[in-house]
Amino acid sequence: MTVLPHEEKHRRRGQPPPFLASLSRLAGTMLSVLLTMIGLLAITFIIGRVMPIDPVLAVVGERASPEIYEATRKAMGLDRPIIVQFGLYLRDIFSGDLGTSTLTARPVTEDIARVFPATLELATIATLIGTLLGVPMGVLAAVKQGRLVDQIIRLVGLFGYSMPIFWLGLMGLLVFYGILGWVSGPGRIDVYYDGIVPSVTGMILVDSLLAGERDIFWNAVSHIVLPASILGYYSLAYISRMTRSFMLEQLGQEYIITARVKGLSEWAVIWRHAARNVLVPLITVIALSYANLLEGSVLTEVIFAWPGIGSYITTALLSADMNAVMGGTIVVGAVFIGINLFSDLLYKLVDPRAR
Amino acid sequence: MNESREIPQHAPSWHEWLASDVPTSRLHARCVQLYLSWRAFRTNTLAMVGLFILLGLVLVAILGPLLITHDPYAQDLSKRLMPPGTGGFWLGSDELGRDIYSRIVMGAGITLYIVALVAVTAPLMGLIVGTLAGYLGGWVDNVLMRLTDIFLAFPKLVLALAFVAGLGAGLENAILALILTAWPPYARIARAETLTIRNSEFIDAVRMVGLGPLRIIVGHIWPLCLSSIIIRMTLDMAGIILTAAGLGFLGLGAQPPTPEWGAMISSGRKFVLDQWWVAAMPGLAIFTVSLGFNLLGDGLRDVLDPKSSGQGGGS
Repeated sequence: MTVLPHEEKHRRRGQPPPFLASLSRLAGTMLSVLLTMIGLLAITFIIGRVMPIDPVLAVVGERASPEIYEATRKAMGLDRPIIVQFGLYLRDIFSGDLGTSTLTARPVTEDIARVFPATLELATIATLIGTLLGVPMGVLAAVKQGRLVDQIIRLVGLFGYSMPIFWLGLMGLLVFYGILGWVSGPGRIDVYYDGIVPSVTGMILVDSLLAGERDIFWNAVSHIVLPASILGYYSLAYISRMTRSFMLEQLGQEYIITARVKGLSEWAVIWRHAARNVLVPLITVIALSYANLLEGSVLTEVIFAWPGIGSYITTALLSADMNAVMGGTIVVGAVFIGINLFSDLLYKLVDPRAR
Repeated sequence: MNESREIPQHAPSWHEWLASDVPTSRLHARCVQLYLSWRAFRTNTLAMVGLFILLGLVLVAILGPLLITHDPYAQDLSKRLMPPGTGGFWLGSDELGRDIYSRIVMGAGITLYIVALVAVTAPLMGLIVGTLAGYLGGWVDNVLMRLTDIFLAFPKLVLALAFVAGLGAGLENAILALILTAWPPYARIARAETLTIRNSEFIDAVRMVGLGPLRIIVGHIWPLCLSSIIIRMTLDMAGIILTAAGLGFLGLGAQPPTPEWGAMISSGRKFVLDQWWVAAMPGLAIFTVSLGFNLLGDGLRDVLDPKSSGQGGGS
């Protein structure tokens, strides 16, 4: 069974070497991501066009003379063909310019860079809560399939899918802040702690630890616990449900029977054999729920006066600050696409079959 | 022996007719299938609970004017923020002295209106896009599916917010935004179904009979896509209700004084710590209805599509 040298060479020439093949696949993925990104921008561009507010009028004011109006229109590039305008729009955005917010009078990019860490902090803690509780719950439900525990976990998940998050947030505030007093109220931190720690990462939990301010850290924890738990409940509902169905699939496989026949303890069968194989598809699920939390955080942030990107977009929306709304939308969309791409790549990295 | 099975000795009862395994016509066969699905569905307690909740919603929406105890718009500032059960207000009164119970009852109609409009339009839009893409293939498929992916790449609520920002706040615009964000998953499903149906022999047969693409798609492919579309739709409705309520809560949906549930929660937000019922009651209504859709969707999936039970779901 020897392979002649020239035969092997021939075979290699027929198909590209593996790293080139995966490189070209990566390029394909990147291209489709870029296309999606441009499509996303096309949507925000079109929304910007159909809006009933005249952008020129917003700048010059209602009493401007027709000459000034025309000059401003030209200066804003609104007299050019629509496709040219779209090109200019793309150029601005890809160079990081999202326009200026009429509300804060600062570049939108700067504003978002300031508020985004707060959202990231919230979504990260929420995903942690959702994963640490959701995965064991899903495994338990699968192992006890059809029993009472399974039914209860299913109901807990269904409740999560059915509750309006802003309502749950309000009720959480009422019970845990208003009645029980276990957590701090809205906001990221108590007012008298505001601005003490220097902003390094923009995430108060990290910054206060870096500055060695323990009191501030624990104060920030007492503020984030409730909104993060409520957001985390939603990812818990999703993660536990998916874990359950992945586990059921694994537990029905023959290698599980083999492991049991070998006399392994139930604990070892579940956690060392089945759960390990569930880990790979779970990565995608967790990444997806992380991306979804960015969305869920819009309403949660409004309820908890959390100064993140959700609050930013909604405040801008109510004062017709279109640059800020579209800038925020673009950033959330881009992060969403980015996380999906990241989970795709991670999946390929972890699962040898997907390579 | 065979004979006696096909020709019953007596006129068949409804039950026998419906459970027959030798249908006499297409209509009969369809009825039998529906009846058997219904029997399987009926054993699913949770799904039945869901069905009853939704029937309740429809009844309340229709009988609304008969059920209310107060005029939902009538203000009485001397009776503002009354706790539940006092002053003749079953669920309390809001900051303008309006009866919360009556407003919730009237809000059922608005919720149903939103759900019905989105449930009819978004799947239809997805069905058209998906079947066209799947059946025609080539560049049409490429363009349409790329478009679908772009919409799917956006978080729903944020996209809806952006649409409403462009179109202006209001119930109609909120519904439009919901439809524009809800159709892509249906297009995906319809395309996948079409791809498996497209190359089957019966499609070849109708093509040879001389039917054009339009009649093949509408008459022969659409009916086969329906069951998966309907399952997805029921599961989606809960999410639609929550997003609609979210838009209302942010002040972008129905405008005051319309008794839309999300907007009602928003008005109760300011005094949630002292007068909790103003925000709590409409939220319970939203929760009940979307739980109903979730339970029903779960059950329908178990009955109509057993192979995927326990997977997916959510928004």
